[in-house]
Amino acid sequence: MFGPRKKSADEQPKLGFVARLRAQLNQGDSFLTRDVRELIPAGRPLDEELLEELETRLLLADCGVDATRHIIDALRKQARKERIVGADAALAALHKILTEMLEPVSVPLEVDATQHPFVVLVVGVNGTGKTTTIGKLAARFRAGGHSVMLAAADTFRAAAIEQLVAWGERNQVPVTAQAHGADPAAVAFDALEAARARGIEVLLVDTAGRLQTKQNLMEELKKVHRVLGKSGAGAPHEVLLVLDATSGQNALSQVELFNEAVPVTGLVLTKLDGTAKGGVIFALADRCGIPIRFVGVGEQAGDLGEFNAPEFVAALLGDAG
Amino acid sequence: MFENLTNRLSRVLDGLRGRGRLTEDDVRGALREVRMALLEADVALPVVKDFIERVRARATGAEVLQSLTPGQAVVGIVHRELVAILGAPVPFELRARPPAVVLLAGLQGAGKTTSAAKLARWIRDTQKKRVMLASTDVYRPAAIQQLEKLAAEIDVPFSAPQGAESALARAAAALEDARNHSIEVLIVDTAGRLAVDEAMMDEVAALHQRLEPAATLFVVDAMTGQDAARTARAFHERLPLTGVVLTKADGDARGGAALSVREVTGAPLLFLGVGERTGALEAFDPERLARRILGMGDIVGLVEAAQSAEIDQGAAADLAQRLKAGDGFTLADFRAQMQQMQKLGGIGALKDALPAKLAGKADLAGGDRTLRRLGGIIDSMTPAERRHPELIKASRKRRIAAGSGTTVQEVNRLLKQFAESRKMMKKLKGGGMARLMRGLGR
Ligand SMILES: Nc1nc2c(ncn2[C@@H]2O[C@H](COP(=O)(O)OP(=O)(O)OP(=O)(O)O)[C@@H](O)[C@H]2O)c(=O)[nH]1
Ligand SMILES: Nc1nc2c(ncn2[C@@H]2O[C@H](COP(=O)(O)OP(=O)(O)OP(=O)(O)O)[C@@H](O)[C@H]2O)c(=O)[nH]1
Ligand SMILES: [Mg+2]
Ligand SMILES: [Mg+2]
Repeated sequence: MFGPRKKSADEQPKLGFVARLRAQLNQGDSFLTRDVRELIPAGRPLDEELLEELETRLLLADCGVDATRHIIDALRKQARKERIVGADAALAALHKILTEMLEPVSVPLEVDATQHPFVVLVVGVNGTGKTTTIGKLAARFRAGGHSVMLAAADTFRAAAIEQLVAWGERNQVPVTAQAHGADPAAVAFDALEAARARGIEVLLVDTAGRLQTKQNLMEELKKVHRVLGKSGAGAPHEVLLVLDATSGQNALSQVELFNEAVPVTGLVLTKLDGTAKGGVIFALADRCGIPIRFVGVGEQAGDLGEFNAPEFVAALLGDAG
Repeated sequence: MFENLTNRLSRVLDGLRGRGRLTEDDVRGALREVRMALLEADVALPVVKDFIERVRARATGAEVLQSLTPGQAVVGIVHRELVAILGAPVPFELRARPPAVVLLAGLQGAGKTTSAAKLARWIRDTQKKRVMLASTDVYRPAAIQQLEKLAAEIDVPFSAPQGAESALARAAAALEDARNHSIEVLIVDTAGRLAVDEAMMDEVAALHQRLEPAATLFVVDAMTGQDAARTARAFHERLPLTGVVLTKADGDARGGAALSVREVTGAPLLFLGVGERTGALEAFDPERLARRILGMGDIVGLVEAAQSAEIDQGAAADLAQRLKAGDGFTLADFRAQMQQMQKLGGIGALKDALPAKLAGKADLAGGDRTLRRLGGIIDSMTPAERRHPELIKASRKRRIAAGSGTTVQEVNRLLKQFAESRKMMKKLKGGGMARLMRGLGR
């Protein structure tokens, strides 16, 4: 089922997850460390020129105009209060500001064991990594001792069902699916009934990718959500919106409009193993405050980590934390 | 969410109107706004910097100094410069001994497989060539099946070699298949890959070497941020890219990535993906893409979208006709369009297609409210007023405001915006009339 595997984080020497993430984030040009250390020789105070350089770096990391301004303003304010001299001090100050922005949204996903099953609805725009993330989550929950079932509620995209079934086989977890073109809400509902009947603890529902501006597709999603809710017990217990770290400022619109359609309770940031920095999460944290649950750092089952603010920022800044 | 560049520049510059000269500060302020607008549209920062330098000289020229609306004059310059950089449309022609190979490459999830099927259909239907599809994605679960299903759906032969396990072996077998079936164009899909994954970049370079493609297309998601420039450069270093496909342009992404990729690779933009279905492929149009990047909307696309949705076909066709003639767009038409667009995809689609000024600058939730208010204003006009808004003088304005529960200022704003968009449509007449399915289902 699974062909040869690409080079994966799985196969690297056993490093902690953070170290792996850091190593991966620092592939290619690390967006801050290299230049900042060159830029701020020991003894040079943090002046406007350097702030502008830092601003450039933040923009390059997709932090966006607003969040970047917010961050730089905070740094400037601090530099006025206490003299910040040299690269280490500047980075430490920046590290603190960035971490503080993300701290409120680093809330891990807790499976409520009293819910049978605990239902996770996975949503997002096209191609962000929803199905792959479900495969990774299945592996994670299995490893945590939970019984897991997958629901193939993407009945639209060609071979989306086959893709999810492959992940099910790989993780040895059952997959509930109907024919291509079936009503996604019906698939989700049947899966929930089946999971309940079998005493499954975690049900992961895959949905088709949809652009957030397509009203009819957002209505379809609302229906899936509603139907799960009708079956009682507060399902879905988690609505995970999967965001691609490669995406720029459109991620803000994605969060806003998805959250309007179905209450998004957690975010996943995928593809952080590339050169994209995922800086848009600072703007997201600033604006919407939805917990960031996980990060994706590869295409294999093990390439998922819990989001953690200090670790994420440390990874972004190198070892300056 | 994003404020229209015209509005921002008008705010910065129009107050200076008639002063006869702009100071260095004025220009710097205007360029700062341009820079921010481009960054918000996800144009890569180095590309933004180059761009700003290009417009700087012209922004201090007579065109701006003598303009009654220096803000709009600057927008004009920015728009023209953008159009120039995006490049004139290049016809997609495959000159090679058959089978001419088209190779698609890009990051994970960019839309390669879907675009492969779209291209197959497009080439077969518009160029009347015998086309075959092949996949070399031996990694992602069900990736090969995905393309196989799409091929079956559009009734294009699919190369399914027995026992070929590596990407390279599948490519070689596909070439063989294509020769055996006198295929004229072979479209080869590849697995998604990161530019920093050296083994995978080696693989795609080897595929290129083996296939000697007539076209090597970089597939990039319109939602991509700053990374677009970095990634495009890295791909271009390993693969001589001959063209770019911008996918997922049917949403509200501003698509600045297109500019970044174009600048970095020099490869022409060829197609836009505007939906998930295999027919949702559009030829690249620099005018429209430039307007989109600047957040200036696309009224013609909106009308055509209404047309293609078969909702009130008669009225829509009628309107499109009159729009093409460059006049006759009335407030009544505008009102009808608003109602139709609400049926079609609501405020999301509408905001995407209208200039930000008309669609309302509020957040999306507020957008629907704004629309209702605009609708209310138009509903409070007489039919004659809707046809001839120039009739609406002070007392009529007061009556309309009272009738719609709005203010005279709001009525004024609507009239001003309407006049502007009417002017804009006159300019649009003729060009850029390709159809746009934006906001209409898949
Ligand atoms: N490098 C990398 N690739 C990823 C990651 N997550 C997913 N991918 C890849 O991204 C591509 C799209 O992933 P999918 O899981 O199919 O995405 P999706 O959101 O389900 O897509 P649709 O259902 O078509 O909307 C696949 O090639 C995945 O292997 C990640 O964290 N890192
Ligand atoms: N709305 C919209 N969706 C698109 C477009 N092009 C592709 N998609 C969707 O984007 C998702 C990913 O498309 P794929 O064609 O599978 O992408 P890919 O690059 O082949 O992905 P990998 O092979 O996993 O790297 C799917 O859900 C497609 O339906 C487009 O132009 N508009
Ligand atoms: Mg999927
Ligand atoms: Mg693919």
